[in-house]
Amino acid sequence: MAVPSQDPKFEPGETVRIRNAYPIGHCRTPFYIRGLSGKVERICGHFPNPEELAYGRDSQPALPLYRVRICMTEIWSDYSGPSQDTVEVEVFEHWLEHVGHPNP
Amino acid sequence: MTDHHHSPDQHDHKHTDGHPHRHPNQPDEEDGHLTEFRLMEIALREILIEKQVIAQHELHDIYQKMDHRGPHNGARMIARAWSDPSYLDLVRRDATEAAKSIGLEPTWLNLIVVENEPRIHNVVVCTLCSCYPWPLLGLPPDWYKSRAYRSDIVRKPREILKGFGTNLPDDVEVRVHDSSADMRYLVMPMRPNGTEDWTEEHLARLITRDSMIGVTTALDPADVPPDNG
Repeated sequence: MAVPSQDPKFEPGETVRIRNAYPIGHCRTPFYIRGLSGKVERICGHFPNPEELAYGRDSQPALPLYRVRICMTEIWSDYSGPSQDTVEVEVFEHWLEHVGHPNP
Repeated sequence: MTDHHHSPDQHDHKHTDGHPHRHPNQPDEEDGHLTEFRLMEIALREILIEKQVIAQHELHDIYQKMDHRGPHNGARMIARAWSDPSYLDLVRRDATEAAKSIGLEPTWLNLIVVENEPRIHNVVVCTLCSCYPWPLLGLPPDWYKSRAYRSDIVRKPREILKGFGTNLPDDVEVRVHDSSADMRYLVMPMRPNGTEDWTEEHLARLITRDSMIGVTTALDPADVPPDNG
């Protein structure tokens, strides 16, 4: 039975927050961005959930994957470089929460 | 064949002055350290071949294919994108398709090419492991896989870049790409000035592996003269 894939919840330009969660088991959301907010740079597409794949479980439906741009100064309070430096990280949808409104 | 290394304090003389040198012996391959995982690989490979699940020549073919992949693949893409606006457009729309269209085989790759600009410098890492676009760049260098690089490049990128000889002014945004999931990244360095009439083949020689990871820029055209004849 084909599982319908869901429409992405977030749009490019939207401000999102990465959940400050620490679940047991494998995940690919780096620790250094948890709890922080950034902007969705793009929707990468739908991909199988690595948290399920790692244990040989059914990884359907594929989940929307986003690239989120976060300021270095948001991550590191003592960042020594210029304030416009950024990191862009791929984050699965279930790790993201709404914060601001999408850009027009 | 690698050159042996000399520290300045050990050698203040030339090799031609006749007396024997003391170098630490390098062990033969067979006398190197055999880790548990290396042993496991050998055992698994041997038993799969013995039971005819795989054939030695099939493995040999795969090794050859892997050895033939190298930064020349990525450099071809970048040189083409520099030279051909319609190809650049394809790279921007669907970089994986762009790689396939010039005969590269990144069949599993979800590629994004990130373009350096006068005010944006891109650099790539995989903080979680060592994801790397190896169909386009070959196997990753040891430093890319090191904990030091993977943690420091997202903490103090400008310092790491300085270590590679890349100094960026404060009005440039350093953008670090962490390939934490399914995407893989290739940096498109900026095309150096004075190369407007260069062939793609010549341009490709300016584009190094390190410039496509993003720790350096493209080579100086003055350092890459055209081939003679």
